[in-house]
Formats: sequence, C-alpha cells, structure tokens
Amino acid sequence: MTLALETTDLKVRLQLTDAWFTVCDLSTLVPGRGVAALLPDGRQVAVFTDRDGGLYAVDNRDPFTGAAVLSRGLTGTHRGRPFVASPLLKQRFDLETGQCLDDDTVRLTTYEVKAA
Amino acid sequence: MTATPGPTPTIVLVGHGMVGQRFLEALAERGLTATHRVVVLCEEPRPAYDRVQLTSYFSGRTAEDLSMTDLAFLEEHGIELHIGDPAETVDREARRVTARSGLAVDYDVLVLATGSYPFVPPVPNKDAAGCFVYRTIEDLLAIEEYAKSRATVGAVVGGGLLGLEAAGALKGLGLTTHIVEFAPRLMPVQVDDGGGSALLRTVENMGLAVHTGTGTQEIVVGGDGAVTGMKLSDGSELATDMVVFSAGVRPRDQLARASGLEVGERGGIAVDEQCRTLTDPHVFAIGECALAADGRVYGLVAPGYEQAQTAAATIAADEASFTGADLSTKLKLLGVDVASFGDAHGATADCLDVVYSDSRAGLYKKLVIGSDGTLLGGILIGDAEAYGTLKAFTGSVPPVSPESLVLPAGAGAPAQLGPSALPDEAVVCSCHNVTKGTIRNAVTERSCTTVPEVKKCTKAGTGCGSCVKVLGQLVNAELEAGGIEVDKGLCGCFSQTREELYEIVHALRVTSHRDLLDRHGREDARGGDGCEVCKPTVGSIIASLAPTIGASGYVLDGEQAALQDTNDHFLANLQKNGSYSVVPRIPGGEIAPEKLIVIGEIARDFGLYTKITGGQRIDMFGARVEQLPVIWARLVDAGFESGHAYGKSLRTVKSCVGQTWCRYGVQDSVRMAIDLELRYRGLRSPHKLKSAVSGCQRECAEARSKDFGVIATVGGWNLYVGGNGGATPRHADLLAQDLSDAELVRLIDRFLMFYIRTADRLERTSTWLDRIPGGLDHVRDVVVHDSLGICDELESLMSAHVAYYRDEWAETINDPEKLSRFVSFVNAPDTPDPVVGFVPERDQMKPDLPLLNIGMRPAQSMEAALEGSAQR
Ligand code: SRM
Ligand SMILES: Cc1cc2nc3c(=O)[nH]c(=O)nc-3n(C[C@H](O)[C@H](O)[C@H](O)COP(=O)(O)OP(=O)(O)OC[C@H]3O[C@@H](n4cnc5c(N)ncnc54)[C@H](O)[C@@H]3O)c2cc1C
Ligand code: SF4
Ligand code: FES
Repeated sequence: MTLALETTDLKVRLQLTDAWFTVCDLSTLVPGRGVAALLPDGRQVAVFTDRDGGLYAVDNRDPFTGAAVLSRGLTGTHRGRPFVASPLLKQRFDLETGQCLDDDTVRLTTYEVKAA
Repeated sequence: MTATPGPTPTIVLVGHGMVGQRFLEALAERGLTATHRVVVLCEEPRPAYDRVQLTSYFSGRTAEDLSMTDLAFLEEHGIELHIGDPAETVDREARRVTARSGLAVDYDVLVLATGSYPFVPPVPNKDAAGCFVYRTIEDLLAIEEYAKSRATVGAVVGGGLLGLEAAGALKGLGLTTHIVEFAPRLMPVQVDDGGGSALLRTVENMGLAVHTGTGTQEIVVGGDGAVTGMKLSDGSELATDMVVFSAGVRPRDQLARASGLEVGERGGIAVDEQCRTLTDPHVFAIGECALAADGRVYGLVAPGYEQAQTAAATIAADEASFTGADLSTKLKLLGVDVASFGDAHGATADCLDVVYSDSRAGLYKKLVIGSDGTLLGGILIGDAEAYGTLKAFTGSVPPVSPESLVLPAGAGAPAQLGPSALPDEAVVCSCHNVTKGTIRNAVTERSCTTVPEVKKCTKAGTGCGSCVKVLGQLVNAELEAGGIEVDKGLCGCFSQTREELYEIVHALRVTSHRDLLDRHGREDARGGDGCEVCKPTVGSIIASLAPTIGASGYVLDGEQAALQDTNDHFLANLQKNGSYSVVPRIPGGEIAPEKLIVIGEIARDFGLYTKITGGQRIDMFGARVEQLPVIWARLVDAGFESGHAYGKSLRTVKSCVGQTWCRYGVQDSVRMAIDLELRYRGLRSPHKLKSAVSGCQRECAEARSKDFGVIATVGGWNLYVGGNGGATPRHADLLAQDLSDAELVRLIDRFLMFYIRTADRLERTSTWLDRIPGGLDHVRDVVVHDSLGICDELESLMSAHVAYYRDEWAETINDPEKLSRFVSFVNAPDTPDPVVGFVPERDQMKPDLPLLNIGMRPAQSMEAALEGSAQR
C-alpha cells in the first residue's frame, strides 16, 4: 500500500521522442476509466490505469471511425492482458501493444508511460 | 540463409496487389522463399493493400489500416520488394525483367499479377480537371482533395458494383451525388430487373440521384478547363463539379503483349489450368490480368486468391489447378446488402424462379430452382442473412421448400435452414474454399473450440468475412453434438448467466463488481479487471437492486462509475464524431410552451441540432463533452431531468391525446402515461424499456409495439407485454384486461421486476418472453396468479426503486468531483477536441465527417489543428 501523501505528488508522464511529457496527477486516474490528453504536436493520447496500478497510453483516435474517443471506452482483461473497447463500434485493443483484438490488420500507436 | 549449391533460382513477381501478396504468402507457406530468391516489382508507391475495402477509408480507415503486408513478413522470408518501380520490359529469351529504375533481374520463373485498369469511355473532355477514376489509394486521395476544395456535386459514370462504391465515397464526402448508368438497372451484371428496382428505391431513398438507361455523351468544361457538367444521351445536361468513371475494368496485359505472350481477343493474358501462360512455361499470370483456362477474366478477389495458390503449388511441383470459380458475391454497398450466387440469372434450361419482393422495405429475394428441385443460384437484396447457407446448398436439393427460405420470418415460414442441414462437402467459405467437413474436423479432431481458433486453423472466414456467421453456428453445433457443453456464461470472466449473477448479487448483497469477480468469477479472471461485457451488466444489476442491497443508487458513485458503458458514464449519447446528444425527459410527450421555449433557447445558445424523436420528445445533438454540465445546469434549472436516452432503462411512455380532447377516447391516456413514466424513470434493466398508453382501441400511441403497452377500455385498462419495434417487430400479447389504475400499476411493477430478474443481458422483453420456458402463460402464472410466491418481493423491490429515485443530472451538476470528468483533455480542459467540428445543413448543422478522416496527422501543428475545427 502506498501512502496517500506520496501518490498525490506523482505525475503521469509520457515518453515523447525527446523528453518525458507530464499529463496529469496520478490520482486523477480512476481504475477502469481513461482520460484524454493533448500532446504539443496536436496528437491525442488515451491514458488508462487498471486495478493493479498498471499505466497504459495509446492513440486516442479510434481507427475504425476516426473519432477521438478511445479514452472513453471500457477497459478490461482478456487472457490476462489489459484492453480497451472502443465506445463507438466496440472493437477491442490490447493496451500494451495497441493490437486490435478483432482485426489483425489494425494496431494503435502506443506510448511509454510512467508515474514519477 | 544457408548456401545452396549453384546459383539460387529466382522468382520475379510483377505487381504487388492483393493477388500478388497472396501469392507471396503461398510461396512462404510452401517453403519456396527459403529455396528461391524472390523479387517483387511494385508500381504503386506503397506495398499491397486491401483494395476491396478502399471505400472504408472514408469511414475512418487510414491508408496504413488498409495495408495487407507487414515488413516483418517480407524480411523474415527474404523477399526483395521494390516500391514505386514498375517492370517496363520483359526479355523472354534472356529471361530478364527490367524495371523503370534500370534494375534488371534474371528470372527462372516470372509471375505477372498486374491487375486491371479502369476503363474510361472515349467521351470528349474525359481527361479534364475534375475527372477521376477509382482504383488506387492515390485516386482516392485525389478525389478527396478535389471534392473538399472545389466540389459540391459529383457524378459517377457507371452503376455497377464499383460505381456504387464510388458513389458511396462521394456521398461520404458530403457531395450531392448522381449515378449515370447506361443499362436499364443498377448492378446489371449481378442482379435482375426485380433486384435492380429494389436497389434503386433504396439508393434513391439515401438521397442519391440515379439516371439509368442513360449514356454519357460529353464532359462539359468551363473557361478554366475544369468540369462543370455532362451531356447525357437523352439530350439533357447534368451540372456537376466532378466526374468519377467507374465503367468497368480491363486487364493490364500490355507488358505481356509487348513481350509476345498470347492474350485473349478481349484482353487478358492467356493461361492454362496451372496458371502458366500458354506461350511460355517460365511465365505465369494470376489475378485480374489473367484470362483463365475457362475463357474468363475474373474481376473478384476470391478467384484471384485461388489462382495465386495454384501458381505457387505448380512452382513447388505440387498438383493444383484452377478450372474456374464461382462468381458469388456478398457486398454491403452504401449500407445495403447485395448478394448473388450460382446461376443468379436463371440461365439453366427449365429452371424456375421463387421470388419474394417487398419494394417498400427494399427487399428482393430470388432463388433459381432446377426442374428436379436443385437450388441453382439466387439474388438477395436488402437482407442477405441467408447467403451463407443458401450458397452452401447450391447444387443440391435443400431439405425444406424453397419458398420458406426466402419468406420473412413469421410469414408462415417457420423453416429456418440451419447450417446443420448442410452436407459435409458444402463449401462454407468460398474465399478460401473451406468445406463444412473441414470445419467440423477442426472442432472434432484439432480441438478448436471457438470461431477465432477455427479461423486460424482453417483460414475460413478470413477473406471477405461473409461466412463468419454460418461458421459460428457450425462450431457451436459441432461442440454440442460432441457432448462438449457450450459455454453459456456471460463472458470470459463469469461462467454464470446474467440471471444467476442477479440471484447472487441479490442474495449475498454484493455491491461491487470487483467483489463479485474475485469471489464468483472464473478462476483465471479473478483479480483481473473484468471486461466490456460483464462490467456494464453487473453495473446494471447493482443499480436495479441498489436500494435493496444497500448500494448507492447513483450510477457515477465510486466503482459504479468505472462499470458504466460510455454513454451512461457521461449521461449522454455518444455520436459518431465524438460529440454527444442531450435528451431531457418529457413525460408522456406532454410539454408546456414555456419549457419548449427553454429547450429552443438552449439549443440556439449552444448551436445544437434539434430533432423531434420517435419517442415523443426532443433530442439536441452536437454537444461537446465539456459543454454537457453547462447545458444540463440550465435544463435542471428550468425543471427538466435526465431522459435516460443513454441508459438500459426506461426510455419513454408515449401517449395519445386521449379522452380529454379526442372524441373517441375512453380514459385519460395522457395522465396515465405521465404517471407510468414518472414511476419507472431511472429503472436500470437488462435492455431498454419502452411503453405507451392509448386512449382507445384505435391505438394512436402504438402501445402494442412496446415492452409494456396500455390500451384504454370502457372498463379500465388492458395491459399488453413483450411488444417490440426495431429490428424484429413483435406485437405485444395481452396479459390482463379491464384493470383499475392500481391493478394496472401493480401488475406492471411485478412484470418489470420479474423481467429484470430473469432476462439475459441485452434481451428485450419480446425475446425474453419467447425464450423463457412456458412463455407468456408462465409469466402470467407468476405475475398475475403468483405461482412462485414472489410477488410481494417483486413489488417491494419496485417500491424501493420508486422511493429512492433521484435525478442523475441534478446530482451530477452539484458534485464538483463528478464534474471534473466532463473535460475534453485532462491537461487542457478548455481546449475543444479539434476533430469535433460541424458544417451547416438545412438551417442547422451536422458533424463534419471529413474532419474525422483526416484525423490528427502527426505533422500537423496544434494551431493548424485547432483552426480547422472552430466551426462555432
Ligand atoms: C433519437 C431516436 C431516433 C429519432 O430521431 O427519432 C433514436 C435513436 C437511437 N436509437 Fe432508436 N431512437 C429513437 C426511437 C426508436 C424507436 C421508436 C419508439 O421508441 O417509439 C424504436 C422502435 C421501438 C422499439 O425500440 O421497439 C427504436 C429502436 C431502436 C433499436 C432497435 C431495438 C430492438 O429491439 O430491435 C436500437 C438498437 C438497440 O437498442 O440495440 C436503437 C438504438 C438507438 C440509438 C441509441 C443508437 C445508438 O446506440 O447510437 C440511437 C441514439 C440516440 C441518440 O444518440 O440520442 N433504437 N428507436 C429516437 C429516440 C426516442 C427517444 O426519445 O428516446
Ligand atoms: C473500389 C473497389 C471495390 C472492390 N470491391 C470488391 C469486392 O467487394 N469483392 C471482390 O471480390 N472484389 C472487389 N474489387 C476487385 C478487387 O479489388 C480485385 O479483384 C483485386 O484487387 C485483384 O487483385 P490483383 O492483384 O489481380 O490486382 P490489383 O490489386 O489491381 O493489383 C495489381 C497491381 O499491379 C501493379 N502493376 C501493374 N502493372 C505493373 C507493372 N508493370 N509493374 C509493377 N506493378 C504493376 C498495379 O499498380 C497494382 O498495384 C474491388 C475493387 C475496387 C477498386
Ligand atoms: S387512440 Fe383513440 S383516444 Fe387516442 S387519439 Fe387515437 S382515437 Fe383518440
Ligand atoms: S466466404 Fe469470404 S471469408 Fe469466407
């Protein structure tokens, strides 16, 4: 168990090409729900945490519809691996690799993410 | 790679299209890539992609999504791919191919897979600015750019398969779209006149203008040389800003001609049954450029795949032949199912047609039957559900009468032909030529237990995907026959059904999904996060029982928030571009002028699109997520509350004006509708619940199409249950007659609670009534005669719900913690999502869909992105 005091200080950071980019306080994330973040170059990232505190970040754009909504999808575990289901047409994506579980040819960009 | 004695033999592939790629896979599967050097000359600026899905680019697929190759595959097999470097000459004496870059490769085997080019009729000005063809990603990008920068009207020449695809693309780009077809009907090759007219009506209803029996005579250009219109053969002129030619394709056989290979009279590189050219044993031709041994050039991908396999097998010195293929196709064009299979036009001597046609519903189904009862072929427009089974039965006598195969369910045709009736030799997947026997074998001998496993193991279902439904039925039937219990569990996390989970939650007072999963989930799912199926289902069960089991009744409280489907999570309905709709409750459809004005003002102030819904209330579309709380603060202030349009819960209770005004009315239907809507509002259930109250038997409120419908009688109220509009309409059944107000409410309380307790996830009352053992009689026994002795409990569950109801939106706007989730970006809460934009339409606005197609290209700067979106 981590002390509450420590967790409030932790920030969620994303690895961009040159540096670590701060997204939000770790405490903002709710297990099982995502948030969207805007990157300096205009891209959008969906950031999630699960009940074990694992952090995941993938492109926020749903490749099947084009809408930037993946952060609003439901997450879950499939065969021990974390995934998010698109809120629009429900395709699932592995949160670690970005691979679409319902269509081999589709994969999301993923980002390195840490709490520090 | 280990060195082979002597020089490595070389295979050169010209053309990296769909069939070329399949050929490379077949080479790899046969181990030929290990023994041969493989060189690919690819003309297009990108490796093979899925041409069949080209149009899906306009619904958000990117060029990368369409790709069919990954570099790892090429690398792993040592395949040399030269992108953007077409073959220019073939010297068959020297067995050498030379590419545009000057690269020369000596081959042992040459395979031509150069595909087709679009045919453009020789009309004046056909090359003017604004004229396009539709075959490659480059064509599509050019069309998109032109359409966005300078067109509002577009015309497609050709109403065949590709023409309709192209028309769909233009429509998707927001253009007013015309289709000009020379033949008297659309899709003349695939469908007959009857099918053509069903298709025509549907296509016209989508707002496309169709001109059949009309030729294109000339493209008209303006002063700047760009298209302004076209002259048609009937003498009229059509104003248009761009023209897309989709008038058929021709095989690309120039390279073959120039090198002296024999080509057919009407084009196509002539090959034998092994796909070897008739002229030169070292040269093969496959795909759309080949004239097959049966004298046909195939313009579909499945036969091309078969040719690719045949050529690879022949090169590996295995036996294989391509003697012809079936032209069956199932497509979704402009959202309409179109399928044709076998002898669709009834060319066989003495054959007869069985036709079912409903022009109003855009349905047309025709089966061609031989004199001995053999199914020879058919055409299905509007509903191609039965395609998989029918195609597989083609060539045999089906076990039920042909009429019953095309009649809609319920029209005296209970005969549903399941795939279990198919013989083992029947081809279920025609893309990969997989028979039912092979699929059964995958289940019984190779221990596949799920559709994805069977797909991996047999390749069935991995082409066009049209057979996947039949595949699923076969796999389940086979498992059941093998005594393997088909898993009826809710999902991969729970082995219980929804009903069983309801009982556990109720009896053990479980108030969190996590507890339920860790204590009652499947062994390997415990400790995990659940999934998108069980989270909302358990969330709904907990919400239905909240007051009784001591959980919070507020769906955004604590863990509950993480369980909700996305719509429930934002208390609004997600729309296709990521914006939301707002639906305040208008009980019974009755609304005072003052409240109408408030809705009008709010919609005006936020620039929302407004529409009267089919549920007698008003929907406001196009709210950004960060605007929802502000909009709702104003609505709540004016006395509105959530309409739960987003929830699996009570939607509306529609009413007719009833006794108060109507000369026929016998009870106050409006008052009863309002009472019922207020009583059951917010009740979470397995699926949505709808109701209506009519003031007399004329039934203006359509109560008998509702989950619970009430119709006034002189003596009180009749209660009907299990009605449904939607996909499978069902008239509600009479549950009880001449009820007093109190009796009516008591029966509905019991009925709803019994349904919530025993139904499956996403099962409407109609399907539930038809499924549960005993059906309506059983339900009547339970809720009217209390045969299970549970009515007191059902009633008290409902009164707890009624007593604890609170408006979700009022609670949300007063809770800063809950409001914090209604932001576009966690790190830029006030910056609107740049891909949510709107364009004007009919005095209001609609989503700017092209904005979604562009997506956020990484190179785009943030300023540019934000600028493009600020439509309001
Ligand atoms: C807005 C509305 C259409 C309209 O412009 O009039 C509508 C819109 C939607 N309907 Fe509907 N339905 C609307 C009236 C109807 C009706 C007519 C009625 O209620 O009298 C029906 C047929 C009656 C019935 O349900 O039996 C209807 C049958 C469906 C179905 C098919 C249900 C079925 O059992 O087959 C779905 C799909 C589903 O629920 O799975 C659906 C689903 C939807 C969804 C939720 C689709 C979605 O997931 O995005 C649409 C979203 C609405 C939104 O974003 O706000 N809608 N829908 C109507 C809203 C009524 C309201 O005020 O709440
Ligand atoms: C919009 C659209 C929708 C379609 N829908 C369907 C459908 O629903 N179902 C279906 O079965 N079929 C459909 N088709 C047809 C299907 O795409 C083709 O049958 C299939 O692509 C044929 O594959 P291929 O490899 O023979 O030709 P292609 O995929 O056209 O590939 C040929 C490749 O060879 C290249 N090439 C040509 N000459 C040379 C050269 N000299 N050197 C190097 N490269 C060269 C070309 O640039 C091209 O990339 C559709 C086609 C289109 C355009
Ligand atoms: S259902 Fe009967 S009472 Fe109601 S409006 Fe129609 S005719 Fe009048
Ligand atoms: S028929 Fe096309 S994938 Fe099976």
